[in-house]
Amino acid sequence: MKKLTKKVVPVLNGRLDITVNIAGKGKPLVYLHSAGGFYWDDYLDELANHYKVYVPHFPGTAPGRPNDIDLIDNLWDAVLAYDDLLAGLKLKKVRLMGHSFGGMLAAELAAQRRESIEKLVLIAPIGLYREDASYTCASWCALSPPEIMEVLFHDPNHPRVVKRMTPPPGQEAADLWTVHFVWTLGCTAKIIWPIPDKGLHKRIHRVTAPTLVVWGENDRLIPPVYAQEFGKSINNSEVFMLPRCGHEPPLEQMEMLRDKALAFMAA
Amino acid sequence: MKIACFHLMPYRDLADDFEKKHKSAWFSLPFNEVADPNKVAGYFNQTLDELTYAAQMGFDGVCTNEHHQNAYGFMVNPNMMGSVLARATRGTKTAIIQMGETAVFLNPPIRVAEEYAMLDCIAEGRLIAGFPVGLGGDYSYSYGMAPIEQRARYYEAHDLIKKAWTSDQVFAFNGKFYQLPMVNIWPKPVQRPHPPIWVPGNASPSTWDFVIKNDYAYCFLTYFGAKGAEHMVKGFWNRAEELGRDRNPYRMGFLVPVGVSETDEQAEAEYGHAAEYFYHKGLHLPEQLLAPPGHMTHSSLTHLITKRPFPPFEELKTLKFPQFNDRDFVVCGSAKTVTERLLHIIKTLRVGHLMILPQFGSLSHEKTMQNIERISKNVLPHLRGVWDNEGWEDHWWPKACQDAKRAAA
Repeated sequence: MKKLTKKVVPVLNGRLDITVNIAGKGKPLVYLHSAGGFYWDDYLDELANHYKVYVPHFPGTAPGRPNDIDLIDNLWDAVLAYDDLLAGLKLKKVRLMGHSFGGMLAAELAAQRRESIEKLVLIAPIGLYREDASYTCASWCALSPPEIMEVLFHDPNHPRVVKRMTPPPGQEAADLWTVHFVWTLGCTAKIIWPIPDKGLHKRIHRVTAPTLVVWGENDRLIPPVYAQEFGKSINNSEVFMLPRCGHEPPLEQMEMLRDKALAFMAA
Repeated sequence: MKIACFHLMPYRDLADDFEKKHKSAWFSLPFNEVADPNKVAGYFNQTLDELTYAAQMGFDGVCTNEHHQNAYGFMVNPNMMGSVLARATRGTKTAIIQMGETAVFLNPPIRVAEEYAMLDCIAEGRLIAGFPVGLGGDYSYSYGMAPIEQRARYYEAHDLIKKAWTSDQVFAFNGKFYQLPMVNIWPKPVQRPHPPIWVPGNASPSTWDFVIKNDYAYCFLTYFGAKGAEHMVKGFWNRAEELGRDRNPYRMGFLVPVGVSETDEQAEAEYGHAAEYFYHKGLHLPEQLLAPPGHMTHSSLTHLITKRPFPPFEELKTLKFPQFNDRDFVVCGSAKTVTERLLHIIKTLRVGHLMILPQFGSLSHEKTMQNIERISKNVLPHLRGVWDNEGWEDHWWPKACQDAKRAAA
């Protein structure tokens, strides 16, 4: 695994600091994490072989700064904070990628800051809503730990899944890991509760960047029908389905996702 | 000493295998599959009869509360119950204790200011205004608001309601959560500047600070008994002292399920099923539903997960009546035993407002009425005078409910 550097970037006129994890060399790639929080996995590590990868912590989820979430009241605050972040990092042209909750934010940012986004990759994003395939943010917060494993993954025994979902050894470290996980869900829930349908359908037509939409065929959290929904809603887009894969493609189909995303971003 | 009768209004006839068949008694439990609307109509009226009877038999106050989408207790609007009780007890000194209408569930929350004011009018100044923060699951699952904002919203709603009661001027309120161009409620409460405020809580230090700084009365509502509460209640009194408040026992309220039998031996036959039903079925509630992510502040969450001050609800399912009774989760036995145990709780925790739950779990209407009669006749008289020799005044009790003789003395 690569060594990460951290950079703290002031946004929202200095009211809030965003902590960004950075690794790799090359053109900039910004990755927005899911509602589960920042996690440097094999997928990001591989991307960092080709790009300089920036992964910001969503406000409130950076270690030691839980109350930063008090400075984000709604989705608009979050989008502007990330807009400021790209400016603060002096990234005029970026590839932008987001997973699930981060996918929704990436789509919003791409609709807002059109001139900066060269390529957009959305991995099982939330943010659109169909009555015939409903899902809520409240329902994933209401899952018990065994239910989380069942809903989130196609194969809960996949080695990368096991590694991600196993608390660190020692009671205290495991407890703090749980605290961090629950708190992160609480922070991200703030701007999407109770149903993550916050008007993206009214803005998504503004996305001009060529877009790759990736979805696990066995996603039990956000139904795969949304892959088509995002594909239809974004003009210049391509939909790519991953077999034997739930809601966490970076863990369950790392190689296939990596190859597809790298090829798309290089084109 | 003031003693009130508390009621949760549960579904009393869940099937024996209920908790095995359903994931939770809360939020996701389908009404039509489990409940009989005619039975529920009966429960609401029985609840009103039980509380009215308690008032007639000498309880000092009657308490109602608010929860949603569950079989545990579903008085979704306690003020509807409170207004019936206020009218039924007209001309008495019974306090109408709303524990309470939950401000953050309503938008705008001046609805609570208005309804409490109206209720204080119907009750002719006998209202006690409960200000619960509200259960996280009620707020976020039933009423759809982001868990992480609940406490900030609570503080803002409180400020708005108090100002709506006390301001002589029409005012605009520009809050973070609530914006109102013209606040000018009609009616205002009979009690001036406002009815006494009680805040129920479950040992959250941030709630203690709020209560103590505002000089309100606190009510500790715990499911885990007086023995487990000693340490936490001590924390409340220490904090009160740090913030310069006296040790007036009327600052502290405490809730206990109570069952009185002829003898200690008969208690299990009379109340065993009801107690186990309450803990095994009523509290069939996974933790993530009780408090969704974000409901607790980061420091409270860290405290909860690293220190585990409460046993998980799942553990309650392994306990039976003798353990619930031994650990003071419920206080059941002969009148003599119950009196002694309640006196111990009152003195150990310095409780000035005791809230007794005479109906819990599956306890039938007939058994509940009998229990209320036994408590009123054989227990209450022995508890009343506990604090008399210390000479404290209850600043958190409506003037219209003060006992004339005691006030004269």
